[in-house]
Amino acid sequence: MSKFLEECFEQMNHGEVVVSYKGSINADVIADTLGLVETKLEDSEIHNSIKKKLYNVLVEGLQNLYHHVDMPKDLIPQEKLESNFGIFIISKLPDAFRISTGNFVQHSRIDDIKEKIDKINSLSSEELKDFYKFVLNNQKFSEKGGGGLGLIDIARKTGNKLDYKFFKYNDEYNFFILTVYINF
Amino acid sequence: MELISIEGTPKTPTVNMNPETGVVAIKGRSIPENSIEFYKPIVDWLEEYAKAPHPKTVVNVQLEYFNTSSSKCILDVFKKLEMLKKDQNEVVINWYYEEDDEDMLEAGEDYESIIKVPFKMIQIVD
Repeated sequence: MSKFLEECFEQMNHGEVVVSYKGSINADVIADTLGLVETKLEDSEIHNSIKKKLYNVLVEGLQNLYHHVDMPKDLIPQEKLESNFGIFIISKLPDAFRISTGNFVQHSRIDDIKEKIDKINSLSSEELKDFYKFVLNNQKFSEKGGGGLGLIDIARKTGNKLDYKFFKYNDEYNFFILTVYINF
Repeated sequence: MELISIEGTPKTPTVNMNPETGVVAIKGRSIPENSIEFYKPIVDWLEEYAKAPHPKTVVNVQLEYFNTSSSKCILDVFKKLEMLKKDQNEVVINWYYEEDDEDMLEAGEDYESIIKVPFKMIQIVD
């Protein structure tokens, strides 16, 4: 992994790590990660409803990553990476779980992503509920994704703002890091 | 009409649909990457069932949690039930949620407010 990605990884790395992963994001990785996190938390004192919230948000975050790891082909040999490359780190802080996901995005997509997240972050919980229901009932879903419901759902379930950063990789690509917190 | 009986997996729920009794049950987790593929036979079945339904249809939904990709498909299932009710059939929707699981209770309330068929919210106590 390049120095650039090492630095991105470090940005995402906080607290006591439950699972950290760099590589191809696919359905098996998501299932295995969920299984692993469940096993690790089996005997913990965290309340069941929080665990369930964590698993739900984790699945949403990882599937969101899965649907967006359309990594530029020319970066693969350059960085010696697998295709569909993404990073995620699940960690435990003193009062919250932290899920951080990272993937490459083209510059042209940055404004859309920012606009979407900023909008979600500006809404109250009541407004988020209405927005969720509106998108659920009115937006056409694609074969792969949930039509943009994922981030709204994460914001709603966690009750926290979505934290994001972009790191410039080259003239065409950025590395996008999204971090969410589940309080306990 | 055929019975539907799908066994649950770590990513998909157990589904039982019986045209003789009018009982539909969806139970477990629903977190597949491609939900449309999973739910299509269920939605198609309901469409067929609506042509000659049992006088009373009882739908039991007991989900541990579901992803947003499933949420739209679950809404499609409920929309079929809404139609069934509009056609003067009796439809009962039982929405189960675990004690303290506010998220699942709220998810049920969201659906109830969209499809305008009353849900019976049932808390599961250990």
